[in-house]
Amino acid sequence: MIAATLSLGFLPLVDAAPLIVAHEMGFAAEESIALDLRRAPSWSSVRDMLSFGRVEAAHMLSPVPVAVALGLGGAGTPLSAVSVLSMNGDGIGVSNELAARMRAGGHDFDYVDARKAGEALIAHASHPLRLGVPFPFSMHAELLYYWLTALGMPAPQNVDIRTVPPALMAQAMEAGEIDAFCVGEPWGSMAVENGVGTLLLPGNAIWKSSPEKVLAVRSDWAEAEPDLLGRLIRAVWRAGRWLAEPGAPTLAAELLSRKEYLDLPAEILDRALTGRMVISARGEERQVDRFIEFHRGGASFPWRSQAEWIGIQLAARTGLDRASAARAARAVFRSDLYRAALQGTRADLPGASSKIEGALSEATAVASVSGRLFLGPDSFFDGRIFEPTGS
Amino acid sequence: MTATLSIVVVEPDRDRALLIVDSLRDAGDFDVHVIAEPTGLARRIQALKPDLVLIDLENPSRDMLEELALASGPLDRPVAMFVDRDGAGLTEAAIEAGVSAYVVDGLKATRVKPVLDAAIARFRMFQRMRTELAETKRALEERKMIDRAKGMLMRARGIDEDAAYALLRKTAMDQGKRVAEVASALVTAAGLLG
Repeated sequence: MIAATLSLGFLPLVDAAPLIVAHEMGFAAEESIALDLRRAPSWSSVRDMLSFGRVEAAHMLSPVPVAVALGLGGAGTPLSAVSVLSMNGDGIGVSNELAARMRAGGHDFDYVDARKAGEALIAHASHPLRLGVPFPFSMHAELLYYWLTALGMPAPQNVDIRTVPPALMAQAMEAGEIDAFCVGEPWGSMAVENGVGTLLLPGNAIWKSSPEKVLAVRSDWAEAEPDLLGRLIRAVWRAGRWLAEPGAPTLAAELLSRKEYLDLPAEILDRALTGRMVISARGEERQVDRFIEFHRGGASFPWRSQAEWIGIQLAARTGLDRASAARAARAVFRSDLYRAALQGTRADLPGASSKIEGALSEATAVASVSGRLFLGPDSFFDGRIFEPTGS
Repeated sequence: MTATLSIVVVEPDRDRALLIVDSLRDAGDFDVHVIAEPTGLARRIQALKPDLVLIDLENPSRDMLEELALASGPLDRPVAMFVDRDGAGLTEAAIEAGVSAYVVDGLKATRVKPVLDAAIARFRMFQRMRTELAETKRALEERKMIDRAKGMLMRARGIDEDAAYALLRKTAMDQGKRVAEVASALVTAAGLLG
Protein backbone atom coordinates (compact mmCIF):
# COMPACT_ATOMS: atom_id res chain seq x y z
CA MET A 1 0.00 0.00 0.00
CA ILE A 2 1.53 3.28 -1.07
CA ALA A 3 0.36 6.14 1.14
CA ALA A 4 1.64 8.90 -1.11
CA THR A 5 4.02 9.77 -3.89
CA LEU A 6 6.55 12.44 -2.99
CA SER A 7 8.41 14.31 -5.67
CA LEU A 8 12.05 15.10 -4.98
CA GLY A 9 14.42 17.41 -6.84
CA PHE A 10 18.06 16.42 -7.22
CA LEU A 11 21.21 17.38 -9.10
CA PRO A 12 23.27 14.72 -10.89
CA LEU A 13 25.95 14.19 -8.23
CA VAL A 14 27.28 11.18 -6.32
CA ASP A 15 25.85 12.60 -3.10
CA ALA A 16 22.30 12.27 -4.42
CA ALA A 17 22.86 8.55 -3.71
CA PRO A 18 20.68 8.30 -0.56
CA LEU A 19 17.62 9.52 -2.50
CA ILE A 20 18.29 7.31 -5.51
CA VAL A 21 18.99 4.28 -3.30
CA ALA A 22 15.88 4.93 -1.17
CA HIS A 23 13.86 4.70 -4.38
CA GLU A 24 15.72 1.92 -6.23
CA MET A 25 16.41 -0.41 -3.29
CA GLY A 26 12.88 -0.24 -1.91
CA PHE A 27 13.54 1.69 1.30
CA ALA A 28 10.85 4.18 0.31
CA ALA A 29 8.40 1.37 -0.45
CA GLU A 30 9.11 -0.12 3.01
CA GLU A 31 7.78 3.14 4.41
CA SER A 32 4.78 2.99 2.06
CA ILE A 33 5.84 5.98 0.04
CA ALA A 34 6.83 6.28 -3.61
CA LEU A 35 9.49 8.74 -4.74
CA ASP A 36 9.30 10.63 -7.99
CA LEU A 37 12.90 11.78 -8.56
CA ARG A 38 13.27 14.83 -10.77
CA ARG A 39 16.68 15.78 -12.06
CA ALA A 40 17.24 19.54 -12.06
CA PRO A 41 19.66 21.59 -14.16
CA SER A 42 20.87 23.98 -11.45
CA TRP A 43 20.85 24.63 -7.71
CA SER A 44 18.76 27.75 -8.04
CA SER A 45 16.13 25.78 -9.92
CA VAL A 46 16.07 23.02 -7.25
CA ARG A 47 15.60 25.67 -4.59
CA ASP A 48 12.83 27.40 -6.54
CA MET A 49 11.12 24.10 -7.40
CA LEU A 50 10.98 23.45 -3.66
CA SER A 51 10.01 27.01 -2.68
CA PHE A 52 7.12 27.15 -5.11
CA GLY A 53 5.80 23.69 -4.31
CA ARG A 54 6.79 21.90 -7.52
CA VAL A 55 8.48 19.22 -5.37
CA GLU A 56 7.97 18.20 -1.75
CA ALA A 57 11.63 17.72 -0.87
CA ALA A 58 15.05 18.26 -2.38
CA HIS A 59 18.72 17.32 -2.40
CA MET A 60 20.26 20.64 -1.45
CA LEU A 61 23.56 22.32 -0.63
CA SER A 62 23.64 22.65 3.16
CA PRO A 63 24.15 26.46 3.13
CA VAL A 64 21.17 27.14 0.81
CA PRO A 65 18.35 26.82 3.39
CA VAL A 66 20.48 28.81 5.83
CA ALA A 67 21.02 31.52 3.20
CA VAL A 68 17.27 31.65 2.56
CA ALA A 69 16.68 32.11 6.31
CA LEU A 70 19.09 35.06 6.24
CA GLY A 71 17.28 36.61 3.28
CA LEU A 72 20.05 35.83 0.79
CA GLY A 73 18.72 34.59 -2.53
CA GLY A 74 15.53 32.71 -3.23
CA ALA A 75 11.91 33.65 -2.83
CA GLY A 76 12.02 33.72 0.94
CA THR A 77 9.84 30.63 1.54
CA PRO A 78 11.28 29.20 4.80
CA LEU A 79 13.09 25.91 4.22
CA SER A 80 14.11 23.27 6.74
CA ALA A 81 17.01 20.83 6.62
CA VAL A 82 15.53 17.70 8.18
CA SER A 83 18.51 15.40 7.68
CA VAL A 84 22.05 15.58 6.39
CA LEU A 85 22.28 13.51 3.19
CA SER A 86 26.06 13.39 2.97
CA MET A 87 29.10 14.48 4.88
CA ASN A 88 32.24 15.54 2.95
CA GLY A 89 32.59 14.50 -0.70
CA ASP A 90 33.92 17.67 -2.34
CA GLY A 91 37.21 17.84 -4.14
CA ILE A 92 39.59 20.66 -4.90
CA GLY A 93 41.39 20.53 -8.21
CA VAL A 94 43.81 22.73 -10.13
CA SER A 95 44.44 23.17 -13.84
CA ASN A 96 47.20 21.00 -15.28
CA GLU A 97 49.22 24.10 -16.00
CA LEU A 98 49.09 25.22 -12.38
CA ALA A 99 49.73 21.63 -11.23
CA ALA A 100 52.89 21.54 -13.33
CA ARG A 101 54.13 24.77 -11.72
CA MET A 102 53.35 23.39 -8.26
CA ARG A 103 55.16 20.13 -9.00
CA ALA A 104 58.16 22.04 -10.33
CA GLY A 105 58.14 23.95 -7.04
CA GLY A 106 58.35 20.67 -5.12
CA HIS A 107 54.73 19.94 -4.21
CA ASP A 108 54.07 16.19 -4.10
CA PHE A 109 50.24 16.10 -4.42
CA ASP A 110 49.90 13.84 -1.41
CA TYR A 111 46.16 14.67 -1.37
CA VAL A 112 46.26 14.82 2.46
CA ASP A 113 47.96 17.89 3.87
CA ALA A 114 45.77 20.98 3.44
CA ARG A 115 48.35 23.41 4.78
CA LYS A 116 51.11 22.20 2.48
CA ALA A 117 48.80 22.08 -0.55
CA GLY A 118 47.35 25.53 0.17
CA GLU A 119 50.77 27.14 0.61
CA ALA A 120 51.95 25.59 -2.66
CA LEU A 121 48.80 26.82 -4.41
CA ILE A 122 49.21 30.38 -3.13
CA ALA A 123 52.91 30.40 -3.99
CA HIS A 124 52.50 29.22 -7.58
CA ALA A 125 49.14 30.62 -8.72
CA SER A 126 48.89 33.83 -10.67
CA HIS A 127 46.94 36.45 -8.77
CA PRO A 128 44.11 36.97 -8.34
CA LEU A 129 43.49 33.24 -8.19
CA ARG A 130 40.41 32.37 -10.24
CA LEU A 131 38.30 29.81 -8.39
CA GLY A 132 35.24 27.95 -9.66
CA VAL A 133 32.51 26.96 -7.21
CA PRO A 134 29.11 25.52 -8.16
CA PHE A 135 27.05 28.00 -6.15
CA PRO A 136 27.60 31.15 -4.08
CA PHE A 137 25.96 29.45 -1.08
CA SER A 138 27.77 26.12 -0.87
CA MET A 139 30.09 24.16 1.39
CA HIS A 140 32.51 24.29 -1.57
CA ALA A 141 32.76 28.07 -1.25
CA GLU A 142 32.89 27.93 2.56
CA LEU A 143 35.71 25.38 2.61
CA LEU A 144 37.78 27.34 0.09
CA TYR A 145 37.31 30.62 1.97
CA TYR A 146 38.10 29.05 5.34
CA TRP A 147 41.22 27.34 3.98
CA LEU A 148 42.70 30.26 2.04
CA THR A 149 41.89 32.82 4.74
CA ALA A 150 43.58 30.66 7.39
CA LEU A 151 46.66 30.49 5.17
CA GLY A 152 46.95 34.24 4.89
CA MET A 153 45.03 34.90 1.68
CA PRO A 154 41.75 36.45 2.88
CA ALA A 155 38.95 35.07 0.69
CA PRO A 156 36.69 35.84 -1.04
CA GLN A 157 38.13 39.41 -1.00
CA ASN A 158 41.45 38.51 -2.62
CA VAL A 159 40.35 35.85 -5.06
CA ASP A 160 38.23 35.89 -8.17
CA ILE A 161 35.29 33.59 -7.41
CA ARG A 162 33.24 32.32 -10.36
CA THR A 163 30.04 30.36 -10.20
CA VAL A 164 30.22 27.40 -12.56
CA PRO A 165 27.60 24.62 -12.59
CA PRO A 166 29.20 21.28 -11.55
CA ALA A 167 28.79 19.63 -14.94
CA LEU A 168 30.50 22.56 -16.66
CA MET A 169 33.48 22.78 -14.28
CA ALA A 170 35.86 20.73 -16.44
CA GLN A 171 34.82 22.75 -19.49
CA ALA A 172 35.49 26.06 -17.70
CA MET A 173 38.94 24.80 -16.74
CA GLU A 174 39.65 23.66 -20.29
CA ALA A 175 38.60 27.07 -21.60
CA GLY A 176 41.11 28.69 -19.23
CA GLU A 177 38.43 30.54 -17.25
CA ILE A 178 39.44 29.15 -13.86
CA ASP A 179 42.74 28.05 -12.25
CA ALA A 180 41.19 25.89 -9.53
CA PHE A 181 37.83 24.58 -8.39
CA CYS A 182 36.02 22.97 -5.53
CA VAL A 183 33.26 20.70 -6.79
CA GLY A 184 31.22 17.66 -5.79
CA GLU A 185 32.01 14.28 -7.28
CA PRO A 186 32.04 12.99 -9.97
CA TRP A 187 32.83 16.36 -11.53
CA GLY A 188 36.36 16.61 -10.11
CA SER A 189 37.11 13.13 -11.44
CA MET A 190 35.61 14.12 -14.78
CA ALA A 191 38.14 16.97 -15.00
CA VAL A 192 40.89 14.36 -14.46
CA GLU A 193 39.27 12.01 -16.94
CA ASN A 194 39.07 14.73 -19.59
CA GLY A 195 42.73 15.53 -19.04
CA VAL A 196 42.20 19.15 -17.96
CA GLY A 197 42.77 19.06 -14.20
CA THR A 198 44.67 17.49 -11.31
CA LEU A 199 43.06 16.88 -7.92
CA LEU A 200 44.78 18.66 -5.05
CA LEU A 201 42.77 17.86 -1.92
CA PRO A 202 39.59 16.14 -0.76
CA GLY A 203 37.23 18.54 1.04
CA ASN A 204 37.68 16.65 4.31
CA ALA A 205 41.35 17.64 4.43
CA ILE A 206 40.04 21.10 5.39
CA TRP A 207 37.20 20.12 7.72
CA LYS A 208 36.94 16.45 8.62
CA SER A 209 33.14 16.44 9.05
CA SER A 210 31.40 19.06 6.97
CA PRO A 211 27.68 18.75 6.24
CA GLU A 212 27.62 18.74 2.45
CA LYS A 213 24.07 18.10 1.21
CA VAL A 214 20.87 18.13 3.20
CA LEU A 215 17.37 16.80 2.70
CA ALA A 216 15.39 20.03 2.51
CA VAL A 217 11.63 20.60 2.71
CA ARG A 218 9.41 23.65 3.04
CA SER A 219 8.98 24.42 6.72
CA ASP A 220 5.21 24.72 6.36
CA TRP A 221 5.06 21.35 4.61
CA ALA A 222 7.01 19.79 7.50
CA GLU A 223 4.38 21.18 9.89
CA ALA A 224 1.45 20.04 7.78
CA GLU A 225 2.69 16.54 6.91
CA PRO A 226 4.57 15.14 9.92
CA ASP A 227 3.67 11.56 9.04
CA LEU A 228 4.91 11.72 5.43
CA LEU A 229 8.00 13.62 6.55
CA GLY A 230 8.79 10.90 9.10
CA ARG A 231 8.48 8.22 6.42
CA LEU A 232 10.77 10.16 4.09
CA ILE A 233 13.44 10.73 6.76
CA ARG A 234 13.41 7.04 7.73
CA ALA A 235 13.58 5.82 4.12
CA VAL A 236 16.55 8.07 3.40
CA TRP A 237 18.24 7.12 6.69
CA ARG A 238 17.97 3.41 5.78
CA ALA A 239 19.36 4.15 2.34
CA GLY A 240 22.34 5.87 4.00
CA ARG A 241 22.86 2.87 6.28
CA TRP A 242 22.77 0.56 3.27
CA LEU A 243 25.33 2.74 1.48
CA ALA A 244 27.72 2.25 4.43
CA GLU A 245 27.71 -1.54 3.97
CA PRO A 246 30.95 -2.96 2.54
CA GLY A 247 29.54 -4.22 -0.76
CA ALA A 248 27.26 -1.27 -1.46
CA PRO A 249 29.51 1.09 -3.47
CA THR A 250 29.73 -1.22 -6.47
CA LEU A 251 25.98 -1.61 -6.81
CA ALA A 252 25.34 2.02 -5.90
CA ALA A 253 27.72 3.15 -8.66
CA GLU A 254 25.76 1.02 -11.15
CA LEU A 255 22.44 2.52 -10.02
CA LEU A 256 23.74 6.08 -10.14
CA SER A 257 25.27 5.60 -13.57
CA ARG A 258 21.85 5.04 -15.16
CA LYS A 259 20.68 7.42 -17.80
CA GLU A 260 17.92 8.97 -15.68
CA TYR A 261 20.34 9.76 -12.83
CA LEU A 262 23.97 10.70 -13.57
CA ASP A 263 24.36 9.10 -17.00
CA LEU A 264 28.14 8.60 -16.53
CA PRO A 265 30.37 5.50 -16.36
CA ALA A 266 30.01 3.57 -13.07
CA GLU A 267 33.78 3.25 -12.82
CA ILE A 268 34.12 7.01 -12.32
CA LEU A 269 31.31 7.19 -9.75
CA ASP A 270 32.89 4.32 -7.84
CA ARG A 271 35.95 6.42 -7.01
CA ALA A 272 34.19 8.78 -4.61
CA LEU A 273 32.06 6.01 -3.11
CA THR A 274 35.11 3.90 -2.25
CA GLY A 275 37.53 6.77 -1.62
CA ARG A 276 39.92 5.40 -4.25
CA MET A 277 40.60 8.60 -6.12
CA VAL A 278 42.53 8.96 -9.33
CA ILE A 279 44.09 12.42 -9.02
CA SER A 280 45.79 12.96 -12.35
CA ALA A 281 45.65 11.99 -15.98
CA ARG A 282 48.80 9.93 -15.43
CA GLY A 283 46.75 7.66 -13.18
CA GLU A 284 48.15 8.44 -9.71
CA GLU A 285 45.86 6.92 -7.08
CA ARG A 286 45.13 8.11 -3.55
CA GLN A 287 43.06 6.30 -0.92
CA VAL A 288 40.97 8.69 1.19
CA ASP A 289 39.27 7.68 4.41
CA ARG A 290 35.69 9.04 4.69
CA PHE A 291 35.92 10.80 1.33
CA ILE A 292 32.14 10.82 1.44
CA GLU A 293 30.09 9.52 4.33
CA PHE A 294 26.35 8.83 4.34
CA HIS A 295 25.86 7.12 7.67
CA ARG A 296 28.78 6.29 9.95
CA GLY A 297 29.64 8.50 12.88
CA GLY A 298 26.22 10.13 13.00
CA ALA A 299 26.82 11.57 9.51
CA SER A 300 23.14 12.23 8.80
CA PHE A 301 22.38 14.02 12.07
CA PRO A 302 21.53 17.70 11.41
CA TRP A 303 23.68 19.36 14.06
CA ARG A 304 22.43 22.81 14.98
CA SER A 305 26.02 23.84 15.65
CA GLN A 306 26.90 23.14 11.99
CA ALA A 307 24.03 25.31 10.78
CA GLU A 308 25.27 28.03 13.11
CA TRP A 309 28.79 27.74 11.71
CA ILE A 310 27.39 28.22 8.19
CA GLY A 311 25.18 31.12 9.30
CA ILE A 312 28.09 32.95 10.89
CA GLN A 313 30.31 32.54 7.82
CA LEU A 314 27.55 33.93 5.58
CA ALA A 315 26.81 36.79 7.98
CA ALA A 316 30.46 37.79 8.26
CA ARG A 317 30.71 38.03 4.49
CA THR A 318 27.52 39.91 3.81
CA GLY A 319 27.62 42.29 6.76
CA LEU A 320 24.64 40.85 8.62
CA ASP A 321 24.39 40.79 12.40
CA ARG A 322 26.17 37.64 13.57
CA ALA A 323 24.13 36.91 16.67
CA SER A 324 20.78 37.04 14.88
CA ALA A 325 22.21 35.13 11.90
CA ALA A 326 23.38 32.41 14.29
CA ARG A 327 19.91 32.21 15.83
CA ALA A 328 18.17 32.09 12.46
CA ALA A 329 20.61 29.48 11.11
CA ARG A 330 20.25 27.17 14.11
CA ALA A 331 16.52 26.99 13.58
CA VAL A 332 17.01 25.71 10.01
CA PHE A 333 18.68 22.38 10.87
CA ARG A 334 15.79 20.47 12.40
CA SER A 335 17.38 17.96 14.74
CA ASP A 336 13.98 17.84 16.51
CA LEU A 337 12.19 16.51 13.40
CA TYR A 338 15.05 14.10 12.68
CA ARG A 339 14.79 12.73 16.23
CA ALA A 340 11.01 12.45 16.08
CA ALA A 341 11.20 10.49 12.82
CA LEU A 342 13.88 8.05 13.97
CA GLN A 343 12.64 7.45 17.50
CA GLY A 344 11.91 3.76 17.86
CA THR A 345 14.15 2.70 14.97
CA ARG A 346 17.63 1.28 15.35
CA ALA A 347 19.18 4.69 14.75
CA ASP A 348 21.39 5.73 17.62
CA LEU A 349 20.69 9.39 18.33
CA PRO A 350 23.20 11.66 20.07
CA GLY A 351 22.17 13.09 23.44
CA ALA A 352 22.86 16.69 22.38
CA SER A 353 21.78 18.55 19.23
CA SER A 354 24.73 20.88 19.17
CA LYS A 355 28.44 20.25 19.65
CA ILE A 356 31.72 22.08 19.65
CA GLU A 357 32.87 21.80 16.04
CA GLY A 358 36.47 20.85 15.43
CA ALA A 359 37.21 19.33 18.83
CA LEU A 360 37.50 15.69 17.74
CA SER A 361 40.70 14.69 16.00
CA GLU A 362 39.70 11.03 15.96
CA ALA A 363 36.53 8.95 16.28
CA THR A 364 35.12 9.53 19.76
CA ALA A 365 32.31 7.99 21.79
CA VAL A 366 29.63 10.41 22.96
CA ALA A 367 26.48 10.02 25.04
CA SER A 368 23.57 8.81 22.99
CA VAL A 369 20.04 7.57 23.48
CA SER A 370 20.93 3.87 23.49
CA GLY A 371 24.37 4.09 25.05
CA ARG A 372 27.38 5.25 23.14
CA LEU A 373 27.56 6.63 19.65
CA PHE A 374 30.89 7.00 17.91
CA LEU A 375 31.24 10.33 16.17
CA GLY A 376 33.80 10.64 13.41
CA PRO A 377 36.69 13.10 13.65
CA ASP A 378 35.55 16.67 12.96
CA SER A 379 38.68 18.81 13.23
CA PHE A 380 39.57 21.77 11.02
CA PHE A 381 42.99 21.61 9.34
CA ASP A 382 44.27 24.59 11.32
CA GLY A 383 43.19 23.12 14.65
CA ARG A 384 40.72 25.89 15.44
CA ILE A 385 37.45 25.06 17.17
CA PHE A 386 34.03 26.59 16.78
CA GLU A 387 31.93 26.99 19.86
CA PRO A 388 28.23 27.44 19.12
CA THR A 389 26.34 30.07 21.08
CA GLY A 390 23.13 28.07 21.38
CA SER A 391 22.49 24.50 22.46
CA MET B 1 10.68 55.52 -12.61
CA THR B 2 9.18 55.86 -16.05
CA ALA B 3 12.24 55.28 -18.23
CA THR B 4 12.09 52.40 -20.69
CA LEU B 5 12.37 49.08 -18.91
CA SER B 6 15.65 47.39 -19.76
CA ILE B 7 15.62 43.63 -20.09
CA VAL B 8 18.44 41.11 -20.50
CA VAL B 9 17.57 37.78 -22.10
CA VAL B 10 20.08 34.98 -21.46
CA GLU B 11 19.66 32.46 -24.25
CA PRO B 12 22.39 30.57 -26.12
CA ASP B 13 20.14 29.48 -29.01
CA ARG B 14 19.99 32.29 -31.55
CA ASP B 15 16.59 31.40 -33.02
CA ARG B 16 14.97 31.11 -29.64
CA ALA B 17 16.53 34.39 -28.55
CA LEU B 18 15.09 36.14 -31.62
CA LEU B 19 11.63 34.72 -30.93
CA ILE B 20 11.76 35.95 -27.33
CA VAL B 21 12.91 39.40 -28.38
CA ASP B 22 10.12 39.59 -30.98
CA SER B 23 7.42 38.75 -28.49
CA LEU B 24 8.80 41.24 -25.98
CA ARG B 25 8.77 43.94 -28.67
CA ASP B 26 5.14 43.10 -29.38
CA ALA B 27 4.33 43.45 -25.68
CA GLY B 28 5.71 46.95 -25.27
CA ASP B 29 8.55 49.38 -25.68
CA PHE B 30 11.50 47.76 -23.94
CA ASP B 31 15.24 48.00 -24.19
CA VAL B 32 16.23 44.36 -24.79
CA HIS B 33 19.73 42.85 -24.72
CA VAL B 34 20.55 39.23 -25.47
CA ILE B 35 23.51 37.42 -23.89
CA ALA B 36 24.31 34.09 -25.51
CA GLU B 37 27.65 33.17 -23.92
CA PRO B 38 27.70 31.95 -20.31
CA THR B 39 31.27 33.19 -19.77
CA GLY B 40 31.36 36.00 -17.23
CA LEU B 41 27.58 36.14 -17.22
CA ALA B 42 27.13 37.84 -13.85
CA ARG B 43 29.69 40.52 -14.69
CA ARG B 44 28.17 41.26 -18.07
CA ILE B 45 24.71 41.57 -16.60
CA GLN B 46 26.02 43.88 -13.91
CA ALA B 47 27.57 46.10 -16.55
CA LEU B 48 24.22 46.39 -18.35
CA LYS B 49 22.33 47.16 -15.11
CA PRO B 50 19.03 45.78 -16.38
CA ASP B 51 15.75 46.04 -14.53
CA LEU B 52 14.89 42.49 -15.36
CA VAL B 53 16.70 39.32 -16.45
CA LEU B 54 14.96 36.43 -18.18
CA ILE B 55 16.59 33.00 -18.36
CA ASP B 56 15.46 29.48 -19.21
CA LEU B 57 14.86 27.45 -16.06
CA GLU B 58 16.66 24.57 -17.78
CA ASN B 59 19.79 26.63 -18.38
CA PRO B 60 22.48 25.46 -15.93
CA SER B 61 24.20 28.83 -16.19
CA ARG B 62 21.33 30.23 -14.17
CA ASP B 63 23.30 29.59 -10.97
CA MET B 64 25.75 32.27 -12.09
CA LEU B 65 23.00 34.84 -11.64
CA GLU B 66 22.83 34.02 -7.95
CA GLU B 67 26.08 35.93 -7.60
CA LEU B 68 24.09 39.06 -8.38
CA ALA B 69 22.25 38.71 -5.10
CA LEU B 70 25.59 39.12 -3.36
CA ALA B 71 27.37 41.36 -5.83
CA SER B 72 26.86 44.74 -4.26
CA GLY B 73 25.77 43.68 -0.81
CA PRO B 74 22.32 42.40 0.08
CA LEU B 75 20.93 45.84 0.89
CA ASP B 76 22.35 47.74 -2.02
CA ARG B 77 20.95 46.54 -5.30
CA PRO B 78 19.19 43.27 -4.74
CA VAL B 79 18.22 41.22 -7.71
CA ALA B 80 15.71 38.63 -6.69
CA MET B 81 13.61 35.97 -8.24
CA PHE B 82 10.36 37.77 -8.89
CA VAL B 83 8.05 37.38 -5.95
CA ASP B 84 4.37 37.99 -6.45
CA ARG B 85 3.10 41.23 -5.11
CA ASP B 86 -0.11 41.45 -7.08
CA GLY B 87 -1.33 37.96 -6.26
CA ALA B 88 -1.71 37.04 -9.92
CA GLY B 89 0.43 33.91 -9.49
CA LEU B 90 2.95 35.24 -12.00
CA THR B 91 5.94 33.49 -10.48
CA GLU B 92 4.20 30.14 -10.36
CA ALA B 93 3.07 30.56 -13.96
CA ALA B 94 6.61 31.47 -14.96
CA ILE B 95 8.15 28.45 -13.27
CA GLU B 96 5.57 26.18 -14.79
CA ALA B 97 6.39 27.54 -18.22
CA GLY B 98 10.12 27.08 -17.59
CA VAL B 99 11.27 30.68 -17.40
CA SER B 100 12.93 32.35 -14.48
CA ALA B 101 12.92 36.07 -14.04
CA TYR B 102 15.26 38.10 -11.90
CA VAL B 103 13.86 41.47 -11.05
CA VAL B 104 15.44 44.48 -9.42
CA ASP B 105 13.77 44.89 -6.08
CA GLY B 106 11.24 47.69 -5.92
CA LEU B 107 10.16 47.45 -9.54
CA LYS B 108 6.38 47.69 -9.74
CA ALA B 109 4.52 44.51 -10.55
CA THR B 110 2.39 46.36 -13.10
CA ARG B 111 5.50 47.14 -15.13
CA VAL B 112 6.82 43.60 -14.95
CA LYS B 113 3.58 41.85 -15.78
CA PRO B 114 3.42 42.49 -19.54
CA VAL B 115 7.03 41.35 -19.90
CA LEU B 116 6.47 38.17 -17.97
CA ASP B 117 3.18 37.46 -19.71
CA ALA B 118 4.91 37.65 -23.09
CA ALA B 119 7.87 35.56 -21.90
CA ILE B 120 5.61 32.95 -20.34
CA ALA B 121 3.61 32.52 -23.53
CA ARG B 122 6.82 32.15 -25.55
CA PHE B 123 8.39 29.66 -23.16
CA ARG B 124 5.22 27.57 -23.08
CA MET B 125 5.59 27.23 -26.82
CA PHE B 126 9.25 26.19 -26.41
CA GLN B 127 8.18 23.62 -23.85
CA ARG B 128 5.62 22.15 -26.22
CA MET B 129 8.25 21.99 -28.97
CA ARG B 130 10.67 20.29 -26.58
CA THR B 131 8.08 17.67 -25.60
CA GLU B 132 7.12 17.07 -29.22
CA LEU B 133 10.75 16.63 -30.22
CA ALA B 134 11.38 14.15 -27.40
CA GLU B 135 8.24 12.22 -28.33
CA THR B 136 9.22 12.10 -31.99
CA LYS B 137 12.70 10.86 -31.12
CA ARG B 138 11.30 8.20 -28.82
CA ALA B 139 8.84 7.04 -31.47
CA LEU B 140 11.64 6.82 -34.03
CA GLU B 141 13.84 4.78 -31.71
CA GLU B 142 10.98 2.42 -30.97
CA ARG B 143 10.31 2.06 -34.68
CA LYS B 144 13.94 1.10 -35.28
CA MET B 145 13.89 -1.41 -32.41
CA ILE B 146 10.72 -3.05 -33.73
CA ASP B 147 12.24 -3.29 -37.21
CA ARG B 148 15.33 -5.02 -35.83
CA ALA B 149 13.23 -7.47 -33.81
CA LYS B 150 11.10 -8.21 -36.87
CA GLY B 151 14.23 -8.88 -38.91
CA MET B 152 15.51 -11.32 -36.29
CA LEU B 153 12.23 -13.19 -36.16
CA MET B 154 12.01 -13.38 -39.95
CA ARG B 155 15.48 -14.91 -40.17
CA ALA B 156 15.15 -17.24 -37.17
CA ARG B 157 11.70 -18.58 -38.02
CA GLY B 158 11.61 -18.15 -41.77
CA ILE B 159 8.42 -16.08 -41.64
CA ASP B 160 7.44 -12.93 -43.51
CA GLU B 161 7.33 -9.40 -42.13
CA ASP B 162 3.61 -9.35 -41.35
CA ALA B 163 3.83 -12.64 -39.49
CA ALA B 164 6.83 -11.41 -37.52
CA TYR B 165 4.96 -8.29 -36.47
CA ALA B 166 1.87 -10.32 -35.59
CA LEU B 167 4.03 -12.54 -33.39
CA LEU B 168 5.51 -9.53 -31.59
CA ARG B 169 2.05 -8.04 -31.08
CA LYS B 170 0.57 -11.27 -29.76
CA THR B 171 3.46 -11.73 -27.31
CA ALA B 172 3.07 -8.16 -26.15
CA MET B 173 -0.67 -8.64 -25.57
CA ASP B 174 -0.12 -11.90 -23.71
CA GLN B 175 2.42 -10.30 -21.40
CA GLY B 176 0.57 -7.03 -20.97
CA LYS B 177 3.49 -5.09 -22.46
CA ARG B 178 4.01 -2.69 -25.30
CA VAL B 179 5.25 -4.01 -28.64
CA ALA B 180 8.35 -1.80 -28.34
CA GLU B 181 9.19 -3.35 -24.97
CA VAL B 182 8.96 -6.90 -26.30
CA ALA B 183 11.06 -5.94 -29.32
CA SER B 184 13.68 -4.33 -27.10
CA ALA B 185 13.82 -7.41 -24.83
CA LEU B 186 14.30 -9.66 -27.86
CA VAL B 187 17.08 -7.51 -29.30
CA THR B 188 18.85 -7.37 -25.91
CA ALA B 189 18.52 -11.14 -25.37
CA ALA B 190 19.80 -11.84 -28.88
CA GLY B 191 22.76 -9.57 -28.19
CA LEU B 192 23.58 -11.48 -25.02
CA LEU B 193 23.32 -14.87 -26.73
CA GLY B 194 25.62 -13.59 -29.44
